This record gives sequence, structure tokens and C-alpha cells, in this order.
Amino acid sequence: MADDKDVLRDVWFGRIPTCFTLNQDEVTEREAEPYYLLLPRVSYLTLVTDKVKKHFLKVMRAEDVEEMWFEYEGTPLKWHYPIGVLFDLHASNNVLPWSITVHFKNFPEHDLLHCPSNSVIEAHFMSSIKEADALKHKSQVVNDMQKKDHKQLWMGLQNDKFDQFWAMNRKLMEYPTEEGGFRYIPFRIYQTMSDRPFIQKLFRPTSPEGNAHTLGDLLKEMYPDALTNDGKSPHKGTRWVNTLRHSSYPTAYLSVISFGDGRK
Amino acid sequence: MPVSLLWAVDVYGRVYSLSTGGQQWEQCRDAQMEFKRVTAAQQCCWGIACDNNIYLNVHASDLPVRYQEETYENQRWNPVDGFSERLLPSDRWQWSDVTGLQHQPLDGFQLPSGSWEWEGDWYVDENFEGEPTEKGGWSYAIDFPATYTKDKKWNSCVRRRRWLRYRRYKAMDTWAKIPSQQTALPDPFSDISCGGWEISEEPRGRLSLWAVSLQGKVWFREGIYHHNPEGSSWEDVLLPGEVVQISCGPGDLVWAVLWEGQLIVREGISRDCPKGSSWAVVESPSPDVGAIHVAVGINVVWAVTKDNKVWFRRGVNSHNPCGSGWISMVGEMITMNVGLNDQVWAISCEDRAVYFRQGVTSSELSGKTWKAITVPRDGDRSHSSASANSLQSAGCYFCGEVRAQSVASDVESDAEKASADGAGCHVTSTSPESLAEAPTDSSNPPKPRIPKVTSDSFISELVSDREPGKSSRDIGSATPAVPEEESIPGEGALKAPCATSALSPSQSGGPPDPQWSNVDLEEAQQAQTVAVQDSADTCSLSSVATYTLAMDDPYGADEHPLWAWVSGGGCSVDSHSQLNWFNCSMNTSSLVSSVQSMSLSVSPAQTAAWRKQIFEQLSERTKREMDNFRHYEQAIEQSVWVKKGTMQWWRDWKPHKWIDVHFALEQFSGPDGNKDGILFIYYNYYEEKKYLHAFINEVTILVPVLNDSKHTFAIYTPERTKQRWPIRLAAATELEMHDWLALLSVSCCDSRAIQGPPSKQAIWSITCKGDIFISEPSPGLEAMPYPTPCDQMFWRQIGGHLRMVECNSVGIVWGIGYDHTAWVYTGGYGGGFFQGLASSTDNIYTQTDVKSVYIYENQRWNPVTGYTNRGLPTDRYMWSDASGLHECTKTNTKPPSPHWTWVSEWAIDYSVSGGTDREGWQFAADFPASYHGYKTMKDFVRRRRWARKCKLTTTGPWQEIPPIPLSDVTILPCAAQSSVDVVSVWAISNKGDVLCRLGVTALTPAGSSWLHVGTDQPFKSISIGAASQVWAIARDGSAFYRGSVSAQSPAGDCWYHIPSPAKQKLKQVSVGRTSVYTVDENGNLWYRQGVTPSYPQGSTWEHISNNVRKVSVGPLDQVWIIADKVQGSHSLSCGTVCHRLGVQPMEPKGQSWDYGIGGGWDHITVRGNSIEPPRLRLPSLTDPSSRRPVPVRNPEVNGNAVGS
Repeated sequence: MADDKDVLRDVWFGRIPTCFTLNQDEVTEREAEPYYLLLPRVSYLTLVTDKVKKHFLKVMRAEDVEEMWFEYEGTPLKWHYPIGVLFDLHASNNVLPWSITVHFKNFPEHDLLHCPSNSVIEAHFMSSIKEADALKHKSQVVNDMQKKDHKQLWMGLQNDKFDQFWAMNRKLMEYPTEEGGFRYIPFRIYQTMSDRPFIQKLFRPTSPEGNAHTLGDLLKEMYPDALTNDGKSPHKGTRWVNTLRHSSYPTAYLSVISFGDGRK
Repeated sequence: MPVSLLWAVDVYGRVYSLSTGGQQWEQCRDAQMEFKRVTAAQQCCWGIACDNNIYLNVHASDLPVRYQEETYENQRWNPVDGFSERLLPSDRWQWSDVTGLQHQPLDGFQLPSGSWEWEGDWYVDENFEGEPTEKGGWSYAIDFPATYTKDKKWNSCVRRRRWLRYRRYKAMDTWAKIPSQQTALPDPFSDISCGGWEISEEPRGRLSLWAVSLQGKVWFREGIYHHNPEGSSWEDVLLPGEVVQISCGPGDLVWAVLWEGQLIVREGISRDCPKGSSWAVVESPSPDVGAIHVAVGINVVWAVTKDNKVWFRRGVNSHNPCGSGWISMVGEMITMNVGLNDQVWAISCEDRAVYFRQGVTSSELSGKTWKAITVPRDGDRSHSSASANSLQSAGCYFCGEVRAQSVASDVESDAEKASADGAGCHVTSTSPESLAEAPTDSSNPPKPRIPKVTSDSFISELVSDREPGKSSRDIGSATPAVPEEESIPGEGALKAPCATSALSPSQSGGPPDPQWSNVDLEEAQQAQTVAVQDSADTCSLSSVATYTLAMDDPYGADEHPLWAWVSGGGCSVDSHSQLNWFNCSMNTSSLVSSVQSMSLSVSPAQTAAWRKQIFEQLSERTKREMDNFRHYEQAIEQSVWVKKGTMQWWRDWKPHKWIDVHFALEQFSGPDGNKDGILFIYYNYYEEKKYLHAFINEVTILVPVLNDSKHTFAIYTPERTKQRWPIRLAAATELEMHDWLALLSVSCCDSRAIQGPPSKQAIWSITCKGDIFISEPSPGLEAMPYPTPCDQMFWRQIGGHLRMVECNSVGIVWGIGYDHTAWVYTGGYGGGFFQGLASSTDNIYTQTDVKSVYIYENQRWNPVTGYTNRGLPTDRYMWSDASGLHECTKTNTKPPSPHWTWVSEWAIDYSVSGGTDREGWQFAADFPASYHGYKTMKDFVRRRRWARKCKLTTTGPWQEIPPIPLSDVTILPCAAQSSVDVVSVWAISNKGDVLCRLGVTALTPAGSSWLHVGTDQPFKSISIGAASQVWAIARDGSAFYRGSVSAQSPAGDCWYHIPSPAKQKLKQVSVGRTSVYTVDENGNLWYRQGVTPSYPQGSTWEHISNNVRKVSVGPLDQVWIIADKVQGSHSLSCGTVCHRLGVQPMEPKGQSWDYGIGGGWDHITVRGNSIEPPRLRLPSLTDPSSRRPVPVRNPEVNGNAVGS
């Protein structure tokens, strides 16, 4: 029988086969081969593309290289969304591998944030964690952690160390029932057809009557059309896994359980 | 937590029970009458019914209450008749008891009451001191009284034989009337309280039952034991005054309330004298207001004064039953009750709801807040018509019914006057016969109008209901938990008695006794009348006025229940219990929104189904997105991950001591994708930096050795196991140790690709600390001629605490705790300190265990002062452990580890082998020697054992199987290919009863109920073989074989007695496919020779080995033992797992032993391992598959066709 741990593992080890190709407008010394990589769904584009960068830099001159950014079918890809979210949002109906175009020029200032180093990603990641914990536990858990614990979370993500990450993250996921569980469910709803970045509201795990809320309830309340928009159910399941994970990065799994089975 | 019951009586006299696992009050429909009061123990509930008789409700149990009657038939030889019943005039009776002094003919035995039935007819006992006798069961002697032997000799002049007959208590789960005593029992009882079951080590069933009569006398029920649940007679207890109410705790506390408002405390209660010897007086908590009610537990006393204030007594314990002072508590209550674990229930005077005191722990006995139990009653609607009739007839037994109704009051006060000359109100008012009819029968309407209000409840009502102003307080019924404020007396003083009260405490205590009821009643009724008018529109339930018949029926369906009495003596909850009593609200009053309710709405099955669905979706995603792209490069390269820390290490060289070391675990991915790691221990050796390392994939076991001084654990590898010298490490804190153990354990499992729950073939073992370890048997484990060496077995721990465990190859696993609780394995893994990833989230439950810590008090005799605690200089410590080598005083002895907490005080232990005198002493000529329980001229030293119980609370994949405590269990070892549906499980209860579990299958491993299998003496060990052959060991050390056990007849038909090996007392048995092995009390291992299908009892015992503590024979007839002494290259280990080598079908006794993990092991079971070893090829130890466990995700693989 499947266990929580199996689910967690499967979520963590979700990979998207990706083909990186260099934008045709880039000036190269010789033709650039496409580069194939399995991207972890739970990570960030700029965190896992060192190899891509190295690969393409081999065929380019240093003076032609500005900040690297990615684009899929004309849409610049926001690195601060998890990879899984990006994929499900833009490309999930297309043939695999996912082909991403790599740019080194004309950084779309209006669409993307700059990402000069991994410490920017780390800051973004940690602020997500803290924000989610504020919703879940009034920040009590994350504040009780030491600096090295925060580091462990980050290193776990950066180095794709499931055990290392979850050894710490389970503390963020604890919900003592006698104290009423999570205060709010940290979630974000990303929409394909919208200018708004995402929907994010306060949402309690239980209704005032004490009934447990489900994912369906959340959707009904936040986004009445969502259910009709998205037909394929397994697909939806995965979509939410990744979508929800974003807001409270590590909540990925538990958030969904809570919605799915009503437990929280 | 086993399910247990809270009992309560509502104001109509209906009895309800609330299960700790339930969410509604269940009415005790069996009660055809109304009850005034109930008092519960775990196994039964006593009550006073409206007919003033005492009733007993013994809860049904699979273990019958069975009593063995015996009598002896005596005969003498004479030359004419041979042996005949013609005895000499000086001889004993022909039929007598064992001493010969009592005449006991067969037909002289009567059933004690209508609640008993005979099980069968008289029969002759053909077992004499563990040996079978000849037909007829006679034993012979030269003369009466003399030593009897089973063999007739030339000089045998007399003979006797024992006749047996069993009677059984049949009135289970029903209210059975206790026959009233012939010798005119007194006036009717008005209060009753049971307890005292913890003052002796008697099996559950011994009770102290105290009762108060209307005249204020106290009675003690003699002779309540397991075999005699009804007790035998009432004994009068002398009193310093008139008692209105009494409360008896589970231990030795008994308090009572005197009419004048003081409290009295029973002193001198002990094991030998449960009735106690004298009373001590304790003043009422409040100088002006007398006490009205008292409730005691083990170490707590709560009291209610006449103004409904609640008080907690400080400093109460066994040595100081009177305590030291009162503390005022928040809340206004009518009655209170203290149940098990000192948990407290009360009935509020405001809304008559039952409140539970939350947060009562052994360190905070006064708890934190009151919380209302808000569950509905079953059939709440249907009972809305609790008609005026029943109110008249029954409700008036219960306190609230001092009517303001003027018509009634005349009648009542007349009635009171009529009986005012001393006899209380209504001795004969209701004849017992009227009970047979429904009491609501209108044939006797006038009688019930006589106020059958007991004196104490009388007062409590008068006082409790005179504060209509209270209803205006903020604390409404909508706020279930009354927040606890600082308990300062000043606060209580604010609530001065209301002016409408005509009954001041001084008055109530003032009038001369025979007059009281009269005076008070009248005055009170006036007062109530006023109250009615005052509070009519406040509609306060606390006012008596609302109870009156004159008003509209206030007990409509929408009202919450009004309770009169509560008893938690049978209700086992503690601060860990998850109760569902507080959040389900009935009707419209659902203001409680609790997240906890969410857990109610989702069953584990739903969760599992949901998880399965998610998992499948994820697998589908993985397949879709990754399967064709596995050759792609990973974005993030795996690297080495190091975790470091500092620890202490028990160094390898002499002198051994703890030294500080740096500790590091390096983990990396092996070439095959498996994780692996290396452990480094960096130390200094004469200023030189050195290190020691161990490969994670060579570690065979991690053993926590938590003791009170250090948080240590041991790491074994095959090499270290051979040496009997593990790597011993100590972490700075317990938390750190658990972090490391969890991490190392995950690493070890990862390196061996082991995850999830154990397979069905797993070998289970238990250490002397109660820790549980499992090992996946390799296919080559039982191979010939080169089996996998035992020291290479990898063991991993799972949560829980057990004394023994048994399993079979379809995955049914049972365990027994130190406190004899039976547990069934749930299929999970982890628990305990394994959290997060190393533990399943389902199937992990709270588990508790209780064991005793023993110390010895040693004394030496000297001619001047007799026995004193002054020993010789060479003597052992005057307070020591069993060996005498270590000083163990009452104060310095700690629980075995920080996980254990004391749950009792030190008490003398009388259950020591060899027996004790009345004070628990054992005597001997000198230390150390063999002790006996009586003093002789040659004895110069004595000792006695003190025991103190401690309790452990942990988690693990175990669920309790209540209610019968067990001492041994065995499960049919199913052969791997068989598809057995119902699996035989046999057990021995801790009293020695043989039990057969019904309804056990792989899907329902806990089974459904016990079938009791009769024996003529208590048993101690049992084992069932693969062909359903059941062997057992009796307490006298002989063996028994159970005939004709089969799937059709799961309990078999009769026992065949099998003598033990000469001069040895057997203690344990294990039966495999055909082999039968036993262990005796001197550590010898015996094999039963000559067992054949046609003669399954076998012929003789053959000695195999000594130094054996326990044996487990598996379904392949493989033999594993726990050996007492095994010499390694560095050290000696006791309690070592050993495997018999060379066992083959033609050679079931094997040849030699292979030594595995140890010491400190207590138990092993290999009865799940039915993996036939590969026969055709020589198993190679380097074959990686031989090290892999059986895949665990695939149950079919495990159950069937393994090794094919």
C-alpha cells in the first residue's frame, strides 16, 4: 500500500524531460546543439540550469552574453515559479520533452525578475517558507528553527536531497490536532488566462461549522470556473500538487492531502 | 487505549454509559428500574436502585467467572471390604474438605445465588501434584492426616480422592440483585462506592465496596473477589458520627462526609485489612460551610461544600491520607467523582451537565479546566416523553425533587413527620416485588410521591439551588470549558449565600438529629417557593423550581440531559486520551467548532483510498513524463552529504571509559543508485588523532541502550557481534540520540534497499528493554549445509514496547506488554522515535506499558534489638537491588529510563517466589542465600521486596486487544503455500486460563472473541504447531497435549497429561511443523522424542542443550533460542539469539549452534519464516539477492510460493 512517504518521494522526484535550445538570434561561433535535461519539478529554473548555461557558453563569445533567461512559445518563463508550475501552466498539453528556448540578450524587464545569483533564489525560497508558515502556524515553527535549519532546507532543495530537506520540513508540516491544526491553508492559484499573477487569499482548513474543507470547496470559493476548465482528473491532481507547493514550498504534499481528503 | 465506560444516572434515574471511544450516552436498557446511584469499576458496576436494593452489573467477558468447588472422598481399608467408606469413629467425614475438618457431601453444595449456574456435574480429579493418577484418582496414605502418594503401598490404610465441580457466574451484562442479607439489614442504602482494587495484587475483581445507609451508618461488603463478584456479607463499620456520603478510591483512600459537614478519613487500610481500622476527622474546607460531598482517587481528594464550591485537597497520598490543606477551585458542582488515573468528573449545579476535568496529570493532579461533555444520548427524542408519571415515580429519587409544589409539600412533610422518629423516610415504601413491574406502572402512584431523597442529596439540592442569581453569570452553557482563574478564596467569597435562602449552614448543622428532615424540608420549601417566583423568568436550570411538576415539562426533547450522578471508576482515560466527548453538540447548541471533528469525518479507509489514488496519479505522471527520458542527464548531480556531531565513545582499549569523539556520517549514492554511507569516529589516542570507521551497509543493528545516566546506543557489525563488543556511543541529549538513531537507521535501510513495513516472513525479537526488532530472513537462512550466518542478519527497530511477540507467516503478529496487555500488529512501521520518513503515518497508535521496579530492604538479626537495619560491615547495603551489590534506596532509585514515569508509590511486594510473611519478609541464614517466607531459629537475615510501578507511553504499529491480560500467546504457523482462512490463536491469560481466539484471519488479525478452554490448573505457556497440535505447560511444570484440535473443532476436546523430564519443571514450549521443544526452569532445552502422527504425544524428552532461556520453533522446524551465556572474543553476552544448525527432516535435533545478535535479548520468534531454503544450488553468501529482503510491496509474493 502506498504510504505518505511514497507520495512525498514521488512528488519530490517528479522530473520533466526538457530540451533546451538556443535562441536563433543569439550570436554564436558555431551551431549550438540542443541540451537535454531532467528538471526537478520542485526546484527553480535558474537553480538547475548551470549545466545549460555552461553548455551554451561554449559556443558563444563572452561579450555577447548577458543574463540568461528562458522562454516557451513566446512566453518568458518566470524563474520564481517552481518548474512544475511553469510546465503545467504553459506546456502540459504538449509533447514531451518540453522545449525551452534559452536567451542571453534582451532581458524582458517587464516580465521577469533578475536573478544574478543563487542567493536571490534562496531569499525568495525562504520568504515563501516563512510566508507559508505565517499562515499555518503564525510563524511559530519557522521562528523556532535555527539558522542552520533554514540552511538545511535550502541545501536540501539545492542539492536535491530529499531526506535532508524532509528531515527539517516535517516540522513545518506538523499540525497538532488539539491546537486546531493549520490556521490557514497556504495556497496560490495560478491562471493561464489571466494578467494577475495568482490568487492568494486567507482560507481556513475548516468551515465555521467545523467541517473540513476540501480542495473543491477552495476552488468553489476562490475560482468558480476552475473545475469546469480543467477536465482531466489525474492531471488536475498533479497540477495542484505543484501549484500548491509553491506558496508554501514544502507544503506541497500536505496542502493537497488536506484538500483532497478533507483532513487538512 | 481500550474502550472503557463512564457511567451516569440522570435525574429520572435512568442509567447511561458513555464509552471512551463513543460519542453518545447509551442507555442501559437492561435496567428495568430506576437507579439512585451507581459506582463503577472496570469490570462491573454497582448501583442502588429505587427499590433500595443493591444491584450488580458484571460486564460480559470472554473469560467466564468460574469457581471450582472441591470436596474429598475419604476411605479406609479394612480386611473385609478392602477400601470402603466405613471409617473409624475418630476419622474424618467420608466427604470433607482438604483438611478433613469440614463435612462436605456432594449434595451440600448450593449455588450462592440465582446468578450462578453449574457448568457440569461432579467428577474425579485424576491429576495428583502434576502426575497423572490411576483411574479413579485415588491417592494413598498410612493414615489421616498424612502424606499422600499416588501409588498404593502395602501399608496404605487410607485413601482419598478429589471431586471437582465448576460453577459459573451467569448474570453478565445485566443488573442482578444482590440477595439481601438474612440478618435484618438495616435501613436502606443511600450511597455506595467501590474501589480498593489496587491495594493488593489480587487479580482484577477484588473490590472494596462501601455503603451508607439512610441512618448514616457505614457498611463494608466482605469477600468480593474475581470468583465471587457479589461478595458475601455486609459488615458494620463503627463511626464517629452520621455519614451522608462516602467515596472509596482505587487505592487505599476512603473518605466520607458527616452530616455535620466534617469529613472523615479511613486509616489503616492495607492489603491485609481492606476495611481499615479507624477514622480521622478533617474539618470542612470552609469554616462556615460544611462539606456535602467528597470524591477520592489514588492521590487526590476533591470535596464540594454546601455552597457548591469545589475544593481540592493538597498533599494526599497513601502515607498521609488526610492531606495537608484545601485549595479552592473554580466551578460550582453538585457532585463529583474521581475515576482511574485520578481523572475527575463532576455535575455542575448550573446546568446539570457532566463536566470532565481537563489536564489532570500525575504532576498536576488538580487539572486545568472544566469541560462539559456535550455528547447526545441515544434516542434522545424518543425519551422526551419522560412523562410526569416517571417523574413522579422515579425522578423523585434524585435530588432535585424537593418540590415547591404546595400540594405535594404537605404530603411530604407529613410523611417526613411520620417517619421522623429516626428511621429515615421510606424503608418499606416500595416493596421489592414492585420492581418486577415497570416502576412507571400507575398501580402505585401514591407511593412514589413520598420523597425518597437521600439525606445528602437533600442538602445538596437545598443548597445548590438557592442561587437564582447565578444564572446571570457569563458562564453559560454555551461555553463548555470554564476557564480556570486563580483560585483565590476571595473570589469565592463574592458569591455570598443568596438572600432568598432560608437555609443557612449553621441552621442545617444545628437542629437535633431526629428533627432535621422535618425542619429543613419545610423551610426549604418555603425558600424554593420564593425562588420560583424570583427566578421564574430567568428560566435557570439551576433553580429547583424548574423541576416542579407544576410547571411545564422542562425536560423537553430540546433540553440537554440533566444528570444526577456520575461514576468514572471504570473509565480509563488519562491526559493522552483522545476523547470525542466535547465537540459533538446536540440540537441547536452547536457553537463548538473544533478542528478535531475533522478527524472524525475521515476514516482511515478513506484516507488510504485517497492516498492510493494520489499515488497512482503520481505513478502515472512519472510514467508519462519520465519513462521515455530516463537517459537524460539529471539537472542536479548527487554529491556526498555529511552529518557531523560530537559524542562520547566507550573506548575499545583498557581502561574502558567514555571519551569525547567527533562523529560523522558520510552518505553518498552508490554506483547502482543505492544510497550508502560510512560512519567515522574521530578520537585522540595519546595525543594522536585517529579514527574508527564502519560501512553503513555492514551495520547489522542499532540498539538504543537508554539508561538513567547516559543516552547511549550500540552499533553492531558482524565482526562486532562475534566479539560481543559493539561500538558504544553516547549522545549529549535524548533528542540528539534519537535524531542520530533515526538518521542512521534510515541510512542502513537505504543501503540495503529495505523500506516500508516488515514482510510476513520477518523474524521478530525483543530486547530486555522491551524494544522490538525485526529481521528479514534471507532465503539462505535455513539452507543446508551453509546457511547465512546469524551474525550477518540485519535488524531494524520498530516502535512499541513489548515483553514478547509471536507471529506466523500470513502476517499475523501479536505482542504482550510487561503489564500483560495484548497487542496486535497493525501493519505499520516506525513509531517511537522514528518520525517523519522512517515511519508510516497510518497504523501508528499510542502504546503504554507498565512495569515494576524492585528494590530490597535487607535486615540482620542481633540478640539485643532483633532485626534491625544495622548490618555487618561486610553485609550488603540495607537497601539494595536483588544482587545486593548496588545500593538502591526508595529515594535514589529512578525509573529505568527517562521515558518511564512513576505511577505509584513504593509498596511491599508479597508475590515473591518462596513466599513471605505478613509483612512481606523473607528469611534466610545469611546473605545471599535461599529465602523462605517464615522465620526459623537459624535465620539471621531477612529481606523484603518493594515494588514501584512505572509507566511508559510511546507509539508504534500496535493496537490493544482488550480486555483480558495475557501471559503467553501462540499463532498457528501457516505453511507458505497454504491459504488458511481462519488462523488458530491460543493464549494463556495472566491468571493461567487457556483461551482460544476466534475469528482471526489475515484481514482481521485481532480476531473477535475468546473461547475459554477449561483446565484443572493454571497454565503458563502454550504453543500450536503447523498441524494444529497444541502443547501447553501448566504452572506445576508438567506438559499437556490438547487432543483433536482442528479447523472444525478449534478448541479440541481434552488435555493429555505429559510428565516433565525427571526432576525438572518445564516453563516454555514451542511446536514447529513436527518438532516439539521445551525449556525448563533450569535452562535446559528438551526435544520430544517419538512424536508421530498417530501418537502425537511422543514418548520421551531428550536433552539438547543448557543455558537456554527461550526457544522458538518455526514452521520449517527451524530452532532458534535465546541463550543465556555466549562467549565472544572480547566479552560475554547473556541473552543471545542463537540458531540451531544442521536441522533436517531426518535430523530435527540439529548439530550445533550459530550465534547471532546479543546480549540483552529476551525473546525471538521465527514462526513467520516459512521460506524453504533453496535446495538445488549451494547458496552463495556473496549473492546480493540473498541479502535482499523479500519485496514488501507485493503481498502475494510473501504469502505464497516463496522460494519456488
